[in-house]
Amino acid sequence: MSELLRRYGHTLTWTFVALTAFWLLVLVILPQLYLLEESFRLYLPLADIGGPRDVYTLANYRSAFEQPMEWKFWLPFASKPVILPIEAPIRVQVFVHTLLYSTVTTVITLVLCYPVAYYLAKVANPKNVPLLFVGLLVPMWVSEILRAFAWFIILAFKGPLNMALVNIGVIDSPIRWMTGFNSVTFGLVYVYLLFMLLPIYSAIQSLDTNQIEAAKDLGAPGWRTHWRVIIPHSKPGIASGCVMVFMLAAGSILVPTLLASTQSRWFTEIIQQAMFESQDWNTGSAYAFMLLVTCTVFVILAMRVFRVKLSDIAR
Amino acid sequence: MSAGVDLQNVSCDFGKFRAVDKANVSIKPGEFFSFLGPSGCGKTTILRMVSGFIDPSEGQIRIGGQDMNGIRPNKRPTALIFQNLALFPLMPVWENISFGLEVRGASKDVRRAKAEELLKLVDLHDSADKAISQLSGGQKQRVAIARALAVEPSVMLLDEPLSALDLKLRQHMRAELRAIQKRTKVTFIYITHDQGEALAMSDRVAVMSQGKIQQISTPQEIYNAPVNGFVASFVGENNIFKGKVTSIDSGRCSFETDVGAFTAALGPAVDASTIARLYVRPEYSRLQAAPAGGANSIPVTVTDISFEGNFIHVHAADRTGRHLTVETRNDGSVTLPAIGSAQYLCFDAATARVLADQGMKDPGIDE
Amino acid sequence: MRSRSNWLFHLYIFIFLLYMLLPLVVMGGAALNDSRFPSVYPWVGFTSQWFVELFQDARMWQAFVNTILVAIAVVIISVPIGAAAAILINSIAGTTRTVLYGLMVAPILTPGAVIGISTLLFWNEFGVPAGLHLSALGQASYISAFVMLLVLARLQSFDRGLEEAALDLGANYNQVVRRILLPHLYPALGAGAAIAFFQSIENFNTTLFTRGTYDTLTVYVFSKVRSGITPTINALALILIVVTLVIMLYFEWARRRKEKALVARADTKEQITKAEAIGRNQPQVTFPPTQ
Repeated sequence: MSELLRRYGHTLTWTFVALTAFWLLVLVILPQLYLLEESFRLYLPLADIGGPRDVYTLANYRSAFEQPMEWKFWLPFASKPVILPIEAPIRVQVFVHTLLYSTVTTVITLVLCYPVAYYLAKVANPKNVPLLFVGLLVPMWVSEILRAFAWFIILAFKGPLNMALVNIGVIDSPIRWMTGFNSVTFGLVYVYLLFMLLPIYSAIQSLDTNQIEAAKDLGAPGWRTHWRVIIPHSKPGIASGCVMVFMLAAGSILVPTLLASTQSRWFTEIIQQAMFESQDWNTGSAYAFMLLVTCTVFVILAMRVFRVKLSDIAR
Repeated sequence: MSAGVDLQNVSCDFGKFRAVDKANVSIKPGEFFSFLGPSGCGKTTILRMVSGFIDPSEGQIRIGGQDMNGIRPNKRPTALIFQNLALFPLMPVWENISFGLEVRGASKDVRRAKAEELLKLVDLHDSADKAISQLSGGQKQRVAIARALAVEPSVMLLDEPLSALDLKLRQHMRAELRAIQKRTKVTFIYITHDQGEALAMSDRVAVMSQGKIQQISTPQEIYNAPVNGFVASFVGENNIFKGKVTSIDSGRCSFETDVGAFTAALGPAVDASTIARLYVRPEYSRLQAAPAGGANSIPVTVTDISFEGNFIHVHAADRTGRHLTVETRNDGSVTLPAIGSAQYLCFDAATARVLADQGMKDPGIDE
Repeated sequence: MRSRSNWLFHLYIFIFLLYMLLPLVVMGGAALNDSRFPSVYPWVGFTSQWFVELFQDARMWQAFVNTILVAIAVVIISVPIGAAAAILINSIAGTTRTVLYGLMVAPILTPGAVIGISTLLFWNEFGVPAGLHLSALGQASYISAFVMLLVLARLQSFDRGLEEAALDLGANYNQVVRRILLPHLYPALGAGAAIAFFQSIENFNTTLFTRGTYDTLTVYVFSKVRSGITPTINALALILIVVTLVIMLYFEWARRRKEKALVARADTKEQITKAEAIGRNQPQVTFPPTQ
């Protein structure tokens, strides 16, 4: 603080501090604290607020564990669910599926993007890279909802993909793509792909090409060069991409709504239900807080696994 | 318009580290004054305290007799030339130079005229509208000087401004700086670790080490009569002998070393109890085939000769293996001893000084 | 790399590009197909009907106006906040910095739904009803973080000595900021404003919970898609794709021209490498995600 005063004097320093405080307190911290507080209170009629029934309780969180039912578990790319021999609360089932398919999405995007990032950073002719980026970034600038919408059209039962495949003769009758979590996963991967690609690209790009050549020169085969030199260097980018894709996927509302099959429900839909259909903002904030905790845990896990700092992830 | 600068018991602490320790200097108006010392000796801290970017932990700084305590940098009658010059990259040359007038509310015509005038002073015609990135190192230097002069400071503070230049240009700029100082009669406070710069340009020099001012004197005196081992070895080369003072007689002393006893001038603050060293400059040392009567002589073996044009350096070793150097002016008729030959290194008592180890970080230099 | 694996590599990149772009072609193409359901296959015939319907949709226009208003508000809020926060954090060190930095980037890592709900609840407590103003505040809470990161990155290349030099020459603090610091930050502030604007337009999750009864474009599209689809949405998508493409190609063209000019002027090798470096660095702009 004394350094700020020295550099910018009182008036400016306090302006900076006031703006930052407004942001962090009024826009970030207090709303979150408020969310947390509300999540421990009951949704009551106006007359009861402040009355004897207005107490702090875990009831909203407990509601997530009610309504046990047959557990239909969807494995990735399965066309039929596995019926597990136990019963589980419906919201827990949805939560587990959300976690699982957010993770699946993260892994798929990572596998798809790493080679592309490497190609763009180290293999492609630097002259072509900007044009390649134009190609890659157009979907990015065309908003999230339209990217999801595109797959909604493509994967429709009577959509272009099925029509084309039938007419070419690859399949006899249209495939129902929107079963289980297939279409949701397709959509999530496509919609959030570039949030994996860009951080890995800039991480690999910052690696001195000489290091790669030195590794090769020392006789390391290609995969070993990647494993020992390039991947360790691009760890912050990989971590950043994984965190972003997971967070966006788990918190996505558009993709699961647009591309859902009858069986696939996403945790954000449960939140929406509480907020809009039941108008129970207290339960809604409890679920929202659960989502926040999940994403925070994932960020911490990623920082541990990749041994990176927060400043590496959010750049 | 030029003002004196007084530092009274000025100290500066950074946490537990004392960067400047009780500095007392009185710089006269119009003087070219240098602080000379190795990096980390506190000279830059002094400069930043004078310019107002750091507040002293204790003591008082006065400029033109006025106490500077609590006066921000933008209100002090000083102008600082930064080590990296800190020219504003987004402004053309003339806006850089007239920035100080701009913030004082001068009209554009006045600023432009002043910039042109100063550009002439620093020998940079027709560069007013150039971008900073178009200038060479030396030109940038001149713009920085012009920019500082534009605010008509009473004191100019220069933080190693020549260090980024190559040798030739540096030597040229030395003379130029000196000339500008003489012309403008502004007090210059110059920070450098380069003894050549300090000696060549300054009216007086303060040699600093470990936050303390070791000696304040004219360049000649700093070189010829250093007050302690640090000053002697930081400024110029020496042949150094470690030993003990055995007797003292009116400014002279007898000094006992492992290669014999010598007579030398006695430096300040040395007596029989202090660890001391004898310093003699290579140019005051000479080689002879036989020991000189009335002078100090040490038997040595010539190990190497390096010919440097105007000077010749003869390297020799005494019986303990101590490395000694003799510098001879090349007057065209010097006869050089053969490498490996036995010689005597001789020096007169008046040219050698016995000094205390004060101010030295590592007293173990070159024994 | 051996030629066979290299060939495979190129093929993979080609397929990847197709994968990225074909969905857009399908979506855009459907806007021109005279079929009630948005599809390009089978091709029924060319029509501009969906564009006409789109332009006659008053609700779409209202949503469009709302979107722009919110985006402008977000720019106005988040650019000063982001810049102030970056300047602030750039001048402090140690634990305070780590904690503040964590708090500042946390909104980026928070799901948009959570931001939306917490904003709604918080302001509701003070009697502020849901509406576009809350959408703007909710969006600004995380978009400010992007601006902060951009400005902070720009500050890394700022020489503090310039501030000191200006102070030393007699400038007051306001003059230092206006004449020295801000001009250095303009590129980052411009980029920050652009990113804030587009982020705001893109935003769905936060807006959904805070909008009240107002529509923004994304919400409008969303409700359109859910309530019986006509290819008018494709018409909107095609317009967006074309506009995006034109803007991006323009910037790429401008960049190439600039690079060419640089190379032409460069008479030393050093400058050519510099020009190449500029070209290489170009695509490094990060595209932050929507919450």
